[in-house]
Amino acid sequence: MNAAEAHASAPTTVVEAGRRPFVTLAREFWAYRELLYFLVWRDAKVRYKQTVLGAAWAVLQPFMTMVVFTIVFGRLAGVPSDGQPYALFSFAALVPWTYFAQGLGNAAASLVGNRMITRVYFPRLLVPAASILTPLIDLAIALAMMFVIQMGWYRSLPPVTVVVLPVFIVLAAVTAFAAGLWFAALNVKFRDVRYVLPFALQFWMFATPIAYPASLVPERWRPLYGLNPMVTVVEGFRWCLLGTPAPVLMAWVSCASVAVALWLGLAYFRRVEGTFADVL
Amino acid sequence: MSSDTALSVQGLGKQYQIGVRTQQAGTLRERIAMGAAAIGRRLSGREGAEGPTESLWALKDVSFDVPRGEVVGVIGGNGAGKSTLLKVLSRITQPTEGRAVISGRVGALLEVSTGFHPELTGRENVFLNGAILGMSKAEIVRKFDEIVEFSGVDRFIDTPVRFYSSGMYVRLAFAVAAHLEPEILFVDEVLAVGDAQFQKKCLGKMSEVSRAGRTILFVSHNLEAVQRLCSRGLLFERGRLVESGSIDDVIARYRAAQSGDELLGRFRPASRRGLGYARVEDVRLLVNGKAAGQVSCDADLVIECLVSTAPGQPGKLQGHTLELTLCGDDGVPLCSLMNVDDGGAELPSVGSCWMRVSVPGPTFVPGRYRLNTFLGIPNLLETDSVFDGFDFEVLPPVHPWRPYELTRAHGIVCRRASWSVVEAPMPSVAR
Repeated sequence: MNAAEAHASAPTTVVEAGRRPFVTLAREFWAYRELLYFLVWRDAKVRYKQTVLGAAWAVLQPFMTMVVFTIVFGRLAGVPSDGQPYALFSFAALVPWTYFAQGLGNAAASLVGNRMITRVYFPRLLVPAASILTPLIDLAIALAMMFVIQMGWYRSLPPVTVVVLPVFIVLAAVTAFAAGLWFAALNVKFRDVRYVLPFALQFWMFATPIAYPASLVPERWRPLYGLNPMVTVVEGFRWCLLGTPAPVLMAWVSCASVAVALWLGLAYFRRVEGTFADVL
Repeated sequence: MSSDTALSVQGLGKQYQIGVRTQQAGTLRERIAMGAAAIGRRLSGREGAEGPTESLWALKDVSFDVPRGEVVGVIGGNGAGKSTLLKVLSRITQPTEGRAVISGRVGALLEVSTGFHPELTGRENVFLNGAILGMSKAEIVRKFDEIVEFSGVDRFIDTPVRFYSSGMYVRLAFAVAAHLEPEILFVDEVLAVGDAQFQKKCLGKMSEVSRAGRTILFVSHNLEAVQRLCSRGLLFERGRLVESGSIDDVIARYRAAQSGDELLGRFRPASRRGLGYARVEDVRLLVNGKAAGQVSCDADLVIECLVSTAPGQPGKLQGHTLELTLCGDDGVPLCSLMNVDDGGAELPSVGSCWMRVSVPGPTFVPGRYRLNTFLGIPNLLETDSVFDGFDFEVLPPVHPWRPYELTRAHGIVCRRASWSVVEAPMPSVAR
């Protein structure tokens, strides 16, 4: 056996009932990282292969929403925007939100209708993980669009804090992953979860400062508001791209809440993953 | 477990809840409704039955050891637990009890072409499928040329596989699978795909693999292939391991058990009604002219019924109709056959006779089927009706016509049909 094979080999495999420890799951996830890469690569390839609009879709959705929001909330309703042009203000929020909604939607649908699960073994966590990672490509394209609007149209540069942006992208991804684990696993058992998701996303969007600034929320409610990690993601994006105030307190609350959500999501997923193949 | 044991299985069991979809909540809405009903019961003081849940042990108390380098054939009838065993061992599903310890790199081939995407090219699919089967990228790169050569689709390797013929598709998929180099390999039925020549190539590859000293667990209905490839056998019946030993002994025992099945191919009327002056006395299924309980799905289905008038009764069979209703094992009627169909053969006026009906194959998807008989004048006179009087089993085809397994999930009736491309897609014409 050469080195390439040795890394993928599991010297001893134990098959038995019950949940496996987190350590085993993590180690296995790492051992299968190449498959994760291939799954993301496949999804990306299939997505961009045929459609001329492939890349355009990534931009079109947040862009059109931004236009609508700017007219309805910015002009007609006169919603404040922390002193920023409303179009930039809402687009900076719609970029991460579109990514989050897309990732969560993909993850929720990822297990159902996945024939691989009943045919071959691999860590089941890879499936929702891959569906969270693939839309990162769309996110990158939308971000590029953001810079084009900002620098091309508004003739302004993002502040230096833009280098911290990846932190908030990771937070968005982890939030989508944590929620995705729940939705994906529940969807296997209860097929009407997919009808619940659009509602959930709609409510979630209004519980996130996308059309309005977080500063509209009374000071003493902010920590509670921060329980929704997307609040920090969105405010963080604005901080990095537009230089609005940093969401410091809410960020800590969000990190704590996402950690708990992720842990619970993993625990639930681990509890039911052994039965996916029986139900699908 | 000693160092030269590749696989050690102890008390393995797998329980399925049957009717999970209908009896347990399939949707959140049903679950909420059921929860409400349960609270209602509790409030009204009628404690108890949660609703019937049936469970089935697809695998029970299975223990065996496989020494390194041995090729083991797993045989048994439909529903014996063979496929469940492989699914549990390859970790697709968790066992309910017991454990198995596998030492060495595991490869499982329960289906070729898993994860193939029609929009991707052959090359891309080789990488994707290889990764799914557990190969590393470096390993696939190293074996790529070999894989393409084995598949024989080298000219089309950069064409999306949706343009492939089904034969090319399967060949490429198998080529990837065949180059997986695990120390322990679980193989289920997948070799029964493709044309005869390709099957031969696959079996050749399998025996090559086994000569290389790998441990293989091989599930197949093809006893001939099992006998040729395997040295040892495991026989399963209704989820239990009933025999383990040399492959010849195990196959002999399996054949004996098959012919001795109490229920199959035997006329045992469960319930009967009608005037009774003439009756169906016996039913048999004929395979190659001999009574049998099993028939392969691509063979003609030949059934004979012994119709007799009761002693002392003047024969009044003339004008009577004999109807056979073929039902699924759940009792749902699938097909009716009457002796008056297309003019048919009239029942003789007196005495007794065997009536034979022949349905050209392919008939039904493999599984268990039942037969009801009716003797009388439809809508007017019921002379003799027998329900659930005869069970038989349809086996997988001897000469498969499609490269995938036939299962009930895709319907019950087998039809062979001819396909053709009537209009070529425009883009490829333009090119």
